[in-house]
Amino acid sequence: MSKLHITTTVNGDPAEFLCEADDSLLAALRGPLGLTGTKEGCGSGDCGACTVMLDGSMVCSCLVLAAEAQGRRVETVEGLAEGGALHPLQQRFLEHGALQCGFCTPGLLVAARALLERNPDPSEEEARYWLAGNLCRCTGYDKVIRAVLDAGRDLRQDHGEKVA
Amino acid sequence: MNPPEQSFRVVGTRPVRPDGADKVTGRALYGTDFALAGMLHGAVLRSPHAHARIRGIDASRALALPGVKAVVTGADFPEAASVAIAGESAANLRDIARNVMARDKALYEGHAVAAVAATSPAIARAALALIAVDYEVLPHATSIAAAIAPDAPLLHDDLFTPGLKPRPETPSNLALHVAIDTGDAAAALAGAAAVAGGHYTTQPVHQGYIEPHACVAQWNADGQAQIWASSQGAFMIRSLVAGALGLKQADIRVTPLEIGGGFGGKTTVYLEPVALQLARQAGRPVRLEMSRSEVFRATGPAPGAVIDIRLGADKDGMLVGAEMTFHYTAGAFPGAAAHPAALLALAGYKVPNRKITGWEVVCNLPSSAAYRAPGAPQVAFAVESCLDELALQLGIDPIELRLKNAVGPGDTGPMGLPHGQIGLIECLEAARAHPHYSAPLAPGETRGVAAGGWANYGGPSTAAVALAEDGSVLVTTGSPDIGGSRAAMAMMAAETLGVPYETVRVTIADTASIGFSFLTGGSRTTFATGHAVIAAANQVIATARARAAQIWGVAADTVAWRDGAAHGTAGDSAGKVLTLAEIAGKAANAGGPISAEVGVNPAGWLPGFGVHICDCALDAETGQVKVTRYTAIQDVGRAIHPAYVEGQLQGGAAQGIGWALNEAYVYGADGRMENPGFLDYRVPVASDLPMIDTVLVDKPNPDHPYGVKGVGETPIVPPLAAVANAVSRAAGRRQRHLPMSPEQVLLGGDA
Amino acid sequence: MPPSPYSAPDNLGEALGLAAAPGARVLAGGTDLLIQTRAGRLAPTAMVDLKRIDRAMGIRPAGQGFVIGAATPCTALRDDAALVAAWPGVVEAASLIGSVQVRNRASLGGNLCNASPAADSVPALIAAGATAVVAGPGGEREVPVEAIPAGPGRTTLAPGELVIELRLPPRPPGGGDAYLRLTPRTEMDIAVVGVGAALVLDGSGRCTAARIALGAVAPTALLVEAAGAALVGTKLEEGAIAAMLAAIDAAISPIDDQRASAAYRRRIAGVLATRAVARAAARARGEQA
Ligand SMILES: Cc1cc2nc3c(=O)[nH]c(=O)nc-3n(C[C@H](O)[C@H](O)[C@H](O)COP(=O)(O)OP(=O)(O)OC[C@H]3O[C@@H](n4cnc5c(N)ncnc54)[C@H](O)[C@@H]3O)c2cc1C
Ligand code: FES
Ligand code: FES
Repeated sequence: MSKLHITTTVNGDPAEFLCEADDSLLAALRGPLGLTGTKEGCGSGDCGACTVMLDGSMVCSCLVLAAEAQGRRVETVEGLAEGGALHPLQQRFLEHGALQCGFCTPGLLVAARALLERNPDPSEEEARYWLAGNLCRCTGYDKVIRAVLDAGRDLRQDHGEKVA
Repeated sequence: MNPPEQSFRVVGTRPVRPDGADKVTGRALYGTDFALAGMLHGAVLRSPHAHARIRGIDASRALALPGVKAVVTGADFPEAASVAIAGESAANLRDIARNVMARDKALYEGHAVAAVAATSPAIARAALALIAVDYEVLPHATSIAAAIAPDAPLLHDDLFTPGLKPRPETPSNLALHVAIDTGDAAAALAGAAAVAGGHYTTQPVHQGYIEPHACVAQWNADGQAQIWASSQGAFMIRSLVAGALGLKQADIRVTPLEIGGGFGGKTTVYLEPVALQLARQAGRPVRLEMSRSEVFRATGPAPGAVIDIRLGADKDGMLVGAEMTFHYTAGAFPGAAAHPAALLALAGYKVPNRKITGWEVVCNLPSSAAYRAPGAPQVAFAVESCLDELALQLGIDPIELRLKNAVGPGDTGPMGLPHGQIGLIECLEAARAHPHYSAPLAPGETRGVAAGGWANYGGPSTAAVALAEDGSVLVTTGSPDIGGSRAAMAMMAAETLGVPYETVRVTIADTASIGFSFLTGGSRTTFATGHAVIAAANQVIATARARAAQIWGVAADTVAWRDGAAHGTAGDSAGKVLTLAEIAGKAANAGGPISAEVGVNPAGWLPGFGVHICDCALDAETGQVKVTRYTAIQDVGRAIHPAYVEGQLQGGAAQGIGWALNEAYVYGADGRMENPGFLDYRVPVASDLPMIDTVLVDKPNPDHPYGVKGVGETPIVPPLAAVANAVSRAAGRRQRHLPMSPEQVLLGGDA
Repeated sequence: MPPSPYSAPDNLGEALGLAAAPGARVLAGGTDLLIQTRAGRLAPTAMVDLKRIDRAMGIRPAGQGFVIGAATPCTALRDDAALVAAWPGVVEAASLIGSVQVRNRASLGGNLCNASPAADSVPALIAAGATAVVAGPGGEREVPVEAIPAGPGRTTLAPGELVIELRLPPRPPGGGDAYLRLTPRTEMDIAVVGVGAALVLDGSGRCTAARIALGAVAPTALLVEAAGAALVGTKLEEGAIAAMLAAIDAAISPIDDQRASAAYRRRIAGVLATRAVARAAARARGEQA
């Protein structure tokens, strides 16, 4: 069977790749697109390590067909830092020690950014429920939640400065 | 000798780890992120049966599939020697070799029976379907009861329970017997004012690291091989692969990739020998990786347990006697940490009369693997539950009861030697003083408390410290960094050398680039590899002082080292200063580059103890439990990087809470695992947990230059009972069976 | 030429044509289909993605009621203020599925047509009196939601048929609905039992209509008409609740599986039904959002 040719946008840049009809977006990102920052922990939607943004909504890339990316916008952890500057979430994760092994981190960062873009001032409970699809086995989530809430504060301040 | 009060510049601060930026940007390379040109993709065929004789395997159709480059089965592996492998759960090389690829029998659903390498993952998977295995399905036993029943199917006909005297005449599934008998436990219990006890059970649980196992192997025509893998020890892989395949260790170079969690579960090999054998036959590099379902069905878990216990105290709450018999599921092969379990079960308390009998039971489950404090949480669950019952019976505060009986420095330890500077008493006192312990409970909430400990370990480690020409520092170790140990190594080097943390960079080297280190496990890395780093740094200082002395024309012992610089004290050199950077800059032409590699095997590690406090809300109509507040208190010796130490306590507590409430392997009557995925194997999600407060009790270890004690494992020991004690008080019924799922709490009988 | 294994038509007619191919499967969010395919439980010859068809996507008012495109991701429900106000029970059911990531894909049509007895949105939709618009080679028909599932993994849809829309009636004056489920974890879990309740109270607090539906206690999501009938004409007093519970107990046929025993499910069905009715009633009285 001949492969499908998919044209899409990844982290703001045009991208194209070949895939089988049943390949996942995760496989396409990690394979032909060479973006191995997005991780596979389960391949069945249960761990969130593969979280990416698809047209602005966060999804498990293991549960999206690569072919579905045709004409859509995909954003991954590799697009989080702007140039050399880390995103406030990345910075706060590092400062708090919100990662131990770091394997869940790319997915958590993408999910947390989606939360803060929607609600820059979430309660602890909101953050916990929003991130419930992202398993972390190392940290017990304490420092993850603190880092996310702190990054929200940073973003609100940033935003405040820009408005002022 | 350490001064009594050390002051530190780096130790105790919270800098960002050197590998942090890589890990938040997605650049760090984990097991499946590494690839080689021309690499093949492997896949493993696994037994669908819990127990079956393999009569034959026909791979001819698979080999004929275009794109298939190699197929291996048990016949392609040499019989490995029977050698005990050092580690937390005693294992044997021969068993490990048979676990990675079944020979005559498949011993659990998921046991590898064949593997293929092909030009794409899809072809490899298709090839698996073409391998015909002729199984003779045998009766199976997936539980302790079934495996020790008189008519139980025998897993190994050459297993004559070690530890039993005289040696049994018939083989059985009892894989190890351990016994401790001090004083007269029966008499002491008969005379006790209060006795608590019962029949406790826990299920096998998985370590649950998010990164599945993965590796890439390459075989060269000259017999030299390379392996890239994520594991808790590249040297462990080297020795196990060499042993399993009959190769020379120096011919195998193992490069550690970043590891996405291990918790003990990556202290052995599953894929590496198979990948290398495939690569050898195919003549091309091969990647093998597991799916999540393979991880559940073929790796881990920690043993399930059945424990019968009686613990007695006098009317003042002094423990007088204990009797305990426990069985642990070893899975397909012996090795389930019954030894440490027996030694540690009552290690926290002075119990004059104790009779402890432990058994390991082989059964048709995946071969059990180390999981954080292997063996300890299960028995601690029973012991700490009994202590709670005794406290209730005697009307004594549960922390008070523990304080009356807790061991301290000088008391006899589990090996019969006096304890060193252990901190259980300080932890109990810190728990009692903690605001959490006295905080009023909301209506419907209850509080549980439990203690626990782990022996920790030292073991051999090598580290190198080298100076760059500008005086910046390169530290190299062979200890994989699972949770930030690069930072701890850099901090200890910086502290020793007297230079800023930021000038020190750390590399985890491959097995050809640094001397041997035992794996990252046993809570040993900051202690033992830390010792090596400090020793190497001290050698660098000695060299630097000698160079300064040479330049100043004075004796080396007149040159002092402080604040990262050599200070002259004798004659003309008095008042002169040469910084590390200056010395490094001159080094090439004044004696040569400066570096030191040091191998150590330090003694003096100390056990760690912790006390956890847990508040729960119970929905009495459904049995659902919500943990509403949690505090973990632990003697950590001295925290090199407090945030990372807190993280160990929090992560261990969360795993323990999962073990207590919802995690369990579920097997059907057909001997197949029914929940091999993260949807039905329920590790805690963020919304299941509260913040986990921590208290780091500092009782420095005098046998480590910076006071380090192992911290990683202890935190998983107390939570099982801490949660159970809270739920028992809420339910009005002692919770003796894990997991405390809603159904178990509401309807669970006390079988 | 064989049909492309993946297609994303932008109109219903084309989708119906592609879905009519033997072995073809409709793809909405894929959160069941892709997993079952990878596990080898399904082997579709083709996947027909509905998400580029306007009618299958989005939430539209229909008079005082609502039309929900069958492939609309569940998160869209929570974001529709009018729907949240009218059918909070349906929205809370859809908001329990999986995680945010899963809900950004998972659809009501997929939840219904996957025909898991434990599907969360289905009891809530049944209680609310929702209908499904079925499109097929022979045209369209509108059926009650409870008519779609036929057994675990099986539906009453004929080959080539698909669900294009779900329709919710206007919220009746004095109406309220609720959905509750029990899972061991707070999120990311499959219902051990789920209960949807919708009822109408008159000015005096007397129940004039009630529908109770349960999940995970029978081969399909189950509408227990007798349970609703036991409430009608009462002020939800203890006796009425007891009669409802008796009707539920008589109607359900739970099984033992790895998630729970039949006995526990039976017990929880009663607990959750009582609570769901109380919650729906509170909403009917305007005491709770
Ligand atoms: C991690 C995880 C957690 C989950 N948790 C829950 C949960 O808590 N509660 C719950 O109920 N479910 C849960 N699910 C299951 C799943 O997400 C839901 O059933 C979801 O609603 C399915 O919708 P979908 O759009 O993804 O369906 P798809 O996977 O696209 O389709 C499902 C099935 O229905 C068919 N189908 C889809 N749309 C139509 C249509 N319009 N007409 C005809 N046939 C159609 C497909 O061919 C397929 O057979 C979970 C799944 C995952 C991966
Ligand atoms: S890999 Fe996609 S959710 Fe786990
Ligand atoms: S840091 Fe290891 S899984 Fe989250």
